This record gives sequence, structure tokens and C-alpha cells, in this order.
Amino acid sequence: MTSLPKRNKDAKKLGLVIDLDTCVGCHACVVSCKEWNTGGYPAPLSDTQPYGREPSGAFLNRVHSYEVENETAQRTVYFPKSCLHCENPQCVTVCPTGASYKRVEDGIVLVDEDLCIGCGLCAWACPYGAREMDPVVGVMKKCTLCVDRIYNENIPPDERKPACVNACPAGARHFGDLGDPESSVSKLAAQRSTQEPLGDLDYQPTNKYLAPRKPKSVPNAKPLEPVNQNQDNGFIGWLDAMLSRLNPPT
Amino acid sequence: MIRQNERNIKLSEEVSDEVATTTCYMCACRCGIKVHLKNGKLRYIEGNKNHPVNKGVICAKGSAGIMQQNSPARLRKPLLRTGERGTKSFKEIEWSEALDIATKWLRDAREKNPRQLAFFTGRDQSQSLTGWWAMQYGTPNYAAHGGFCSVNMAAAGLYTFGGSFWEFGETDWQHTKYFLLFGVAEDHASNPLKTQLGRLKERGVKFVSINPVRTGYSAIADEWLGIRPGTDGLFVGALIHELIKAGKVDFDYLQRYANAAWLVLQDENSEQEGLFARDPSGNILIFDENTNTVVPADQANTKPRLLGEVKLSSGQTATPVFQLLAKRFLEPEYAPENVAKITGINAETIKRIAAELAHTAFEQEVRLDIPWTDSNGNHHTQTIGRPIGMHAMRGISAHSNGFHTCRMIHILQILLGSIDCPGGFRYKPPYPKHAPPHLKPCRQESSPCEPLPGPHLGFPENPDELLVDAAGNPTRIDKAFSWEAPLAAHGLMHAVIANAARHEPYPIDTLFLYMANMAWNSSMDTAATLEHLTAKDPNGEYKIPRIIYVDAYDSETVAYADLILPDTTYLERWDCISMLDRPISEPDAAADAIRQPVLDASRSGRDVRPFQDVLIELGARLELPGFVNKEGKPLYPGGYADYIVHHERAPGIGPLSGWRGNNGDEFGVGDANPQQLDRYIENGCFHLSPLPQSQRYYRHANRDYLQWAAYMRYREDTSPTIFQLYLEPMQKFRLAACGKREPAPPESERERIRRYFDPLPLWHAPLSWNAEGGDCFHAITQRPMAMYHSWGSQNPWLRQIHTRNFLYIHKDKAAALDLNDGDVVYLYNADQKQTRIKARIRTSDGTNPDTLWTWNAIAKRSGAWSLAKDSPETRNGFLLNHLIAEALPSSETRYSNSDPVTGQAAWYDLRVRIEKAPAHEQHEDIQEPRLEHLGEADFLPPAPSNLCYGEDFAEKP
Repeated sequence: MTSLPKRNKDAKKLGLVIDLDTCVGCHACVVSCKEWNTGGYPAPLSDTQPYGREPSGAFLNRVHSYEVENETAQRTVYFPKSCLHCENPQCVTVCPTGASYKRVEDGIVLVDEDLCIGCGLCAWACPYGAREMDPVVGVMKKCTLCVDRIYNENIPPDERKPACVNACPAGARHFGDLGDPESSVSKLAAQRSTQEPLGDLDYQPTNKYLAPRKPKSVPNAKPLEPVNQNQDNGFIGWLDAMLSRLNPPT
Repeated sequence: MIRQNERNIKLSEEVSDEVATTTCYMCACRCGIKVHLKNGKLRYIEGNKNHPVNKGVICAKGSAGIMQQNSPARLRKPLLRTGERGTKSFKEIEWSEALDIATKWLRDAREKNPRQLAFFTGRDQSQSLTGWWAMQYGTPNYAAHGGFCSVNMAAAGLYTFGGSFWEFGETDWQHTKYFLLFGVAEDHASNPLKTQLGRLKERGVKFVSINPVRTGYSAIADEWLGIRPGTDGLFVGALIHELIKAGKVDFDYLQRYANAAWLVLQDENSEQEGLFARDPSGNILIFDENTNTVVPADQANTKPRLLGEVKLSSGQTATPVFQLLAKRFLEPEYAPENVAKITGINAETIKRIAAELAHTAFEQEVRLDIPWTDSNGNHHTQTIGRPIGMHAMRGISAHSNGFHTCRMIHILQILLGSIDCPGGFRYKPPYPKHAPPHLKPCRQESSPCEPLPGPHLGFPENPDELLVDAAGNPTRIDKAFSWEAPLAAHGLMHAVIANAARHEPYPIDTLFLYMANMAWNSSMDTAATLEHLTAKDPNGEYKIPRIIYVDAYDSETVAYADLILPDTTYLERWDCISMLDRPISEPDAAADAIRQPVLDASRSGRDVRPFQDVLIELGARLELPGFVNKEGKPLYPGGYADYIVHHERAPGIGPLSGWRGNNGDEFGVGDANPQQLDRYIENGCFHLSPLPQSQRYYRHANRDYLQWAAYMRYREDTSPTIFQLYLEPMQKFRLAACGKREPAPPESERERIRRYFDPLPLWHAPLSWNAEGGDCFHAITQRPMAMYHSWGSQNPWLRQIHTRNFLYIHKDKAAALDLNDGDVVYLYNADQKQTRIKARIRTSDGTNPDTLWTWNAIAKRSGAWSLAKDSPETRNGFLLNHLIAEALPSSETRYSNSDPVTGQAAWYDLRVRIEKAPAHEQHEDIQEPRLEHLGEADFLPPAPSNLCYGEDFAEKP
């Protein structure tokens, strides 16, 4: 058992706001995450059989795709999935060694690899499947919100964001303090309808998913009227009508 | 229990000990990147936020560059074939020997006749060098990969309005209010497109995607029209039909900028039929309603008449272009009700989209307070635009009707008045060119040891500009610019191997290929291509006697070459993305870029050289003009970097535009500056020259822009680009085919030319659609976003995203065929039952019901790319290429399976039959034909069994 820090309602709640309306499923976030983190805090993110029969590696972020149908639309939805840094992370409370923990200062859920025994209980406890067992090192890896980027004084201030957010070509990923109602991410989430995956489980994810917008229409576009109301006389009729329109009798 | 404050993590580590900027080459997008090195190793590659192309973002491929750099499949040393082709029997040789061999082969061929060399490059961004080299060598047989990429669209655009999509121009994203996307998957420019689609959705701009498959960009469209492949032209034609029928056309724009009022001679018996009416001085004529007289089209202050017949003083009758265009598209063939039956898009939807276009164009115009002056000298206080954006790519180009379909898209843009205006399409310098550009393929016959006096590729306007001999037979090995493909502006790379092996139109000595996987996924009918590569004559000699191949990786094609010259990776060399080729310009700015070597190839133990350095050295060894000085000494002893800085194509014009001149303060035209590359590096490896506000729109007829562009040598003169709704060059070919003009095509070619060389665009069924029967499906592919234009399957990160491919089928059709997810099926080309492949299916409702599709080039051949023999790509990846015929079915003349106007490869014309494989095949590996294992690459290190990349970067507390 690992206990959660006491909740302080003024504490930062760092997280991601991910726009399902604009995610095109390109996997930019997946690979930039892998690239940063394989040499960063959770290094390495190993791969087994990288050129072999069953290539398999630790990826802290993965994109799933679904075809969904509802009353307004049929569409393909890409769902990028990484740790949601829950307020009530059972992955932490089940940890027998204290390796999994939720940071007091910003709410990031991390794994202290020195303490991790690779038992995998946290992965069982996470309903989102967001934990990744490193196949070579044998310890649990997970999204750190790029904790080694966001406070990193060697990185220009405007780039102190998770790698996935900087990479996202579609601008579908946003990072900030969801504990602050005045932050840009809180405002964004408030403006748009959000979806909380598996909300009834009460894990209280910090990350938010913005639901696809209602498809845009052009309601003011009037049906086109033929210039020649009497369409029986075909091209000649059109030509006559057009000629009188372009050169109206004076 | 650990207390929170006991956790000691390093939050502020140094990211790297060295950062360098360069240009990505994981695909064709040309994004700026920042490469971080730690202890001399790649730590991290990120987007350069100051770069005009990607503004800091980076795609999956770009981030996976680390794994491309560390691929075990990187070639290490020149290789000389020792066994049979296709068996991977090589010995490693030194560069001195490799260059001696290459020089001898190339010199022998040049002394015999330079056309004995066919030099074709694949996904290459150094065409201004390779083309120049091939000219100096003297072979007519040169092109890059455009012929199997998108030449029909590029040609359609350049002939119609002097521009095209992609590198040539893009939507005015900031101002557009309606966006149509035709047949685009991940195509270039991929990162900018994703960024801008995200912004359009944020602004609430309606985005319509016309695509048989609802993935990627189409997934986020406000409206997805799951069109039947190959019928986009009908859909666009129906939109034009509706707009013309309603008179919702920008007549003023047409009068000013298009050839809409130009008079076309109508006398069917005349040899001038269908050509423009001209006065004795050769001026094209219009009817001016101000004076009620026929006057030259370029006369200022006229009111050109768009409709009505005109009797000329010669007695001939002539009709304005617009009337002919209107007549064409008012035909019932383009009525929405008829189009609906073929496209699968219902008539009401077509009518609604047309109404939405008209509403947005004409009721929602954009007015910017930007004054400008047109080419007649008239000042405009505002810049006004019709805010309709459009973009198109592979779904249009990969069909044999793509030239005409793309012409229709551009004509729709022109009718709406939305070319180079606020909210519409915008050119990127050096575009617009004239329509068509004033550049002709060099017709001079090659002769021993002589250079060609002109460029290989261009834009014929007349049958006498074709590259054919007196009998009408092709003079190029790929038959480009012959009657088979008259406007083949990028050549036909996909036809070279088959033609060379068949000695059609003649045998060659040496095939020299760069960066194109022709022995696998870049060829039609892969098995046939392999037969061509290994075909021998009765003496036991290969029919293509010598093959030189340049690649950085052990691709399938390596095994089929005789001499391999190993290239570096993109992080290990100089490059320029040049104004002489396709630069990285933005609509608001002329821009070009470089790559610099961030890593030293030799430090990785590989003895490899940048292809461009090698080409320049071969040029010097062969003593080609332009590569040696008067004393025969190399002109560019410093290799490509030396060439980039010092080469001048014309006085003061070189590969790079930025920081020219002795002081480095000149742009575009100026002396070579020895410090030029340093200046580029200081600036993030690109140069950007913003255009003044007044030169950012209407550049086809913007006086100040045209003057500047002429000074920069982007254009020959300051005359405007006139949009060619009606393409007179097409009519000249047609007249030749009707026997009214010389040179006439051979009898066998006439019907084809008459049919497809229509001066007005038309929809015709793709050429290979002969198969009858309702059980026939269209079969198309797309590259996944994480692999487009890259060598993804050897990349351990990317291959974990797409390890195998499936065949997607609409769920209703699957149900009707009793197919379920995971079932194995047989696929046959609907016209040729002999070839069969197997595929595992997935059902989908985001797929056109008449269409099957899969991810392309996931499948790999066993023995290539350092992949294990039992990797999923070799066992369960399947390649549609095996079913795509290289020639059209059942025709007396053997025609390439290509667009009849431009020679563009018709990858997506494929139609297939599907049947469920028997029970005993359901659980087997599916790759079929399962070609023989290519042999062990004993010249490569073994692939690692695990990767722990980065474990040595981070020091844990």
C-alpha cells in the first residue's frame, strides 16, 4: 500500500487537454514521447526483438482508433492514451513498495524505479492500461508529463512542455494546470464539452479529452437557382438567359 | 514508507551537450529540426520553432530519425556483385575501386552513346544537381520519381495556371472560409496540413474531405464524402455544372485573368479547328463589347465577351472559351443525378456543396486593405478574395484520368475566382510560372561524349516538340514525351526497368538508380520487375547489363544491383532545398534551406559517402563540362558543399538564394559567397525573404510581383500568367491525330490522342476499367501517417505502430460476402486471374462500399532491411503492387498502365476480385507470392535482439 498525498485544493494539478476533434491519429506524440523519455527520466524505454518476429517495447503514450456512430455523425476517432494523472490513482495505492507515487506539488504520478520490483500490480489497477512494463529492465514505466522538461531551466521557457505537446502537428494537445480555473487549459476544457473516460470508476483523471465538435454546416447557403427557369430548352436556353443576364437590356 | 520529500529527482538536467539545426528528411515535408547530441550520440530530435515549414512541430517519422540513424541496415562499404542478381552475393570493395568501376562503366556508355545510360532518382531533393549532371553527361534518359508520384497533377496545374498544390502553393489558411480536400492521406506537406486543419476547425471553417477512406485528415472532416475511387472528376464536374447552370461564376475574374473570352475557331473542316483565332501578327483575339470589335486579347481596357458566336473578317466562326466550357459541363453527363450513380455521392449532397461553395465565394468575400497594382497598371485599393480553399493529392494523381480531374479542380477554383486571392489558393515563389511554363524538353539527339544542350524535362505545347524519331518512335527509354505520354513532364520512372529489359525502344548499358525501391514497393507488378532485372539474353548476359544503385540502407533493390555505392543518412551530409528545384517557400516569402552534417558517418565505422559528393566526383572523373575546369581539374573539389556555394546556373544565380554577394547581403542574384553556408547555419539552416504586402496576392497579374520575379529569373518576363481554361496545346495534338497537323502520330496512336487530348477537361473512366461484373472492387493503398515517404519498416519504433497490414472492407459488403474480421481472402486482379495475393481483412464503416484498401509498403521481402526472417512484415505483410499490372490489359499496343496525357502511374486504377480462402489457409502466414529469401546480408552487422537506447544518457539519482 502506498498512500496518496493529502489533497490541497490550491495545489497544482498538471495535466493534458487532448482535443479529439483535431487529432488525426498521426502518432507524432507517440514517437516524440518515446524519443524524449528513452533518454530522459524513465530511461531507457526498451524494445525487444526490435527487428524481429514480435517487436515490443515500452511506449508511454499510444493512439487507439475507433469508428463511432452516434445520432449526429459517423466518424473515426483517434484516442491518444497516456497516464491521466488521476486524483484518485489506484495504481499508487496498490503499490507494495512505495515506488508509485503522486507528487504533492503538481499531482504528477511517477514511478521511482529504484523501488519498483516489477510486480505489475499497478498495471492491473489502472483501468486505462496506461502503465508500461519495460520488457528489458523489468520495471514499470509511465508518462511523467515530461517532469524533466517542464521544470528544466536548460530548455527555453516556452518549450518547457511535455514532448508530445511540442510535437503535435495538429495542435490537439495542451498542457497546463487544471487546478487553476484561470489557466488556459482549464478555460479550454470549460469552453468545450469534455469526456471523462470511465468516469464512473471515480479515478478522477486530471487529463481531459475534448469531445469532437458538432460538424460545421453552412446553413445560410441557399439552393442554387438555374438562370434558365425553363430547363427544357437545354444549353440554348441557358445561353439566352445568361446573355440577357450579362448584358441586361438598357 | 518513503516520504514525498525524500524523492530526489533531477528536474533540470542538461538536455544535450551540442545542438545543431538542419532539415529533416524522414519524408518530403522539409521540416526544420534541432538535433541534440549527447556524448556524440543522438539524444533528441525536435522541431525548430523558428522554421517556416513546421514552426516547431514534428511528426512521428521525424522523431524516429534516431532509429533511422542507428539502423543495422545501413550500408557500410561499397559492394560489388559476385553471384547472380537477386542472391545478395557481394564483396565489399574500397571506394577507389568502386569509383574506378563506375567511371569505366559510365565512360564506356558515354563513348558509345550517352543514351546508353538511364539515370533515375527516387525520393530525391537534389534534382537541380542530378538533372544538371545528366545534361552534362549527355543522356536523354533522366528523371526523378515524379512520374509515379503526381506528374499528372503537377502538369495539370502548370499548364492551367502556372502553379500546382504542395510545394507550388497552398490554401490561404488564415482567411479561407471553406475547405475541400481531395484524395489526401498523409501527403505532403504533412505537418503544415495537420496544423492548418486544426486551426480551421478552431475557427469553425467547414472542412469537406472527398476520399474513399475515412482515416487521418478525413476522420476530422466536418463532412466526409466517401467517393468511389477514380470518379472525383465527375464530382467536380457536377459542382461546375451546378455553378454554371446557376450563373454563379466570377465573370469579372474570368475576363481579367483567364482565357475565357479567347475566341476558338469552330470550322470543322479547317486545319485550324479548335485553335485560337489570331490576327495576322499572331495576337489571340477576343470580342470587345465596349467597341463591338474583335481585338487582341492583351489589349487593355476592354470588356471581353464570354458568350455568343463571332463571325471573323476571315469568314470563320469563333466562339469564346467560356461558352465551350459551359456547354461541356452543362451536358447531362455532369448533372448531379447522373454523377451520383457513378460516384456514390448523392445528388442532393452535390447540389448542397455547390450551393455552399457559391455562398461562401460570393456572399462571404474577404476584403483586405492591401493596395496593389495589376499588370495593366490599374491600382486597386483593396485586395478582394473568394475564400474557398482546396488541396488535392494521391487520390487524384494515382488514376489514369488524373490530369483531366486535376484540371477540373483548378477550373473550379478559377470559376469561383479563388486563385491567389485572400482565402483562396496562393502561389509560393518561384510560382506562378507562365501557363504552361516556357521550358521545353531538349530534343537534340545524344551523341558520343557530348552534353545535352538543354534540360530533359519540360512542357511541350506542340507535337513537333515531342521526343520521337522520324517514325514517331520514342527516343527516351521511359517513352516520356512520346505519343504514349506526350506531356510527361517528370518522365516515367516506373516504365524504365520493363522497357530496358525489353530493349524497348532500345537496349541500354547501364541503369543508375538512386533512392528508389524499384525491386519492391515502388514498382508495378513486382514479380515481373524482378524478372526484368534478372532477364538474360541467349548469351547469358543480363538484358540490363549493368546496374549501379545508391542507397543508404539494405533495401530489396540492393540485391538486384551490380555495384552499390552506399549513401550517408540525412544527418550526415550537406544538401540544399533549392530555388532551382522545389524550395521551401511560403506564400508570403521566398525561402530555401540546407542540410548540414550533424553527425560524422566515419565515426560510426561505416565507409560511406554522400551520393551528391559521389556524383560530383564521377562528373569530374568523366571530365563532364561543368564539373571540371579548362585544365580538366575538378571544379568542386570540396564536394556538394563546394558546389552548393560556388555553382552558378546563370550569372549570379546559384543553388541557394540567401546571403549571396561578396558581402553576403544580396538575395537571389549575386556572386558566390564563400561564407554562405555559415550564414545559413547561423539562421537555422534556412533563408526566408518575405514579400512586400502588395506582392502577396494576384501574383499571376500583379505588376510589382511580376517585375521582381523576372529580376529573380523566376519568370522570363513581366507578362502575366493567363489561366488556361481551354488548353490549345491539347488541341494541337488532337489535330495531329486527326491528320490536320504535322507531325502526325503513327496510325496506332491516333485514336488514343484524339480521345484524351481534349482541350477542355473531361471525365473518362480509368483506362484499365474493362472488367465486368458486380463482384469487382476497387483496391487502393495509402501510406500510414507514421511512415509516409519514409523507410518505416526497418525503424523499430515505427514498425511497432504498423507491424502488419490488413485489407479493409466495408462492413455491409463483408457481411454480404460472409467475411469476418481476421478472415484470410484471396485477391485477384479483375483482368488477369493469374496473379493472386492473400490478405487478412478488417471490416470498417469508414470505407467506400466498392473499395478495398490497405496500408502500403508494410510488407517487406525476407532478407531485406535487417529484419528477421520470421518478421511479421515478411510473413503477414502483403503488397498490392503484385496485382497492379505494369501495362494496360488487352491492347494491341503495349501501353504503360499510366495516364495517357502525362504518363503518370495509375496505381489506384486497380480493380480486384475477392474470395474467401479455404479453411486450411485461414491460420497460415499470408504473404503471397512469398518470394525467396534474399540471402544473408553478411556485409551488415547482426541486428540487436534488444534495444535500450538512451540508457547511458540519464544518470539516475
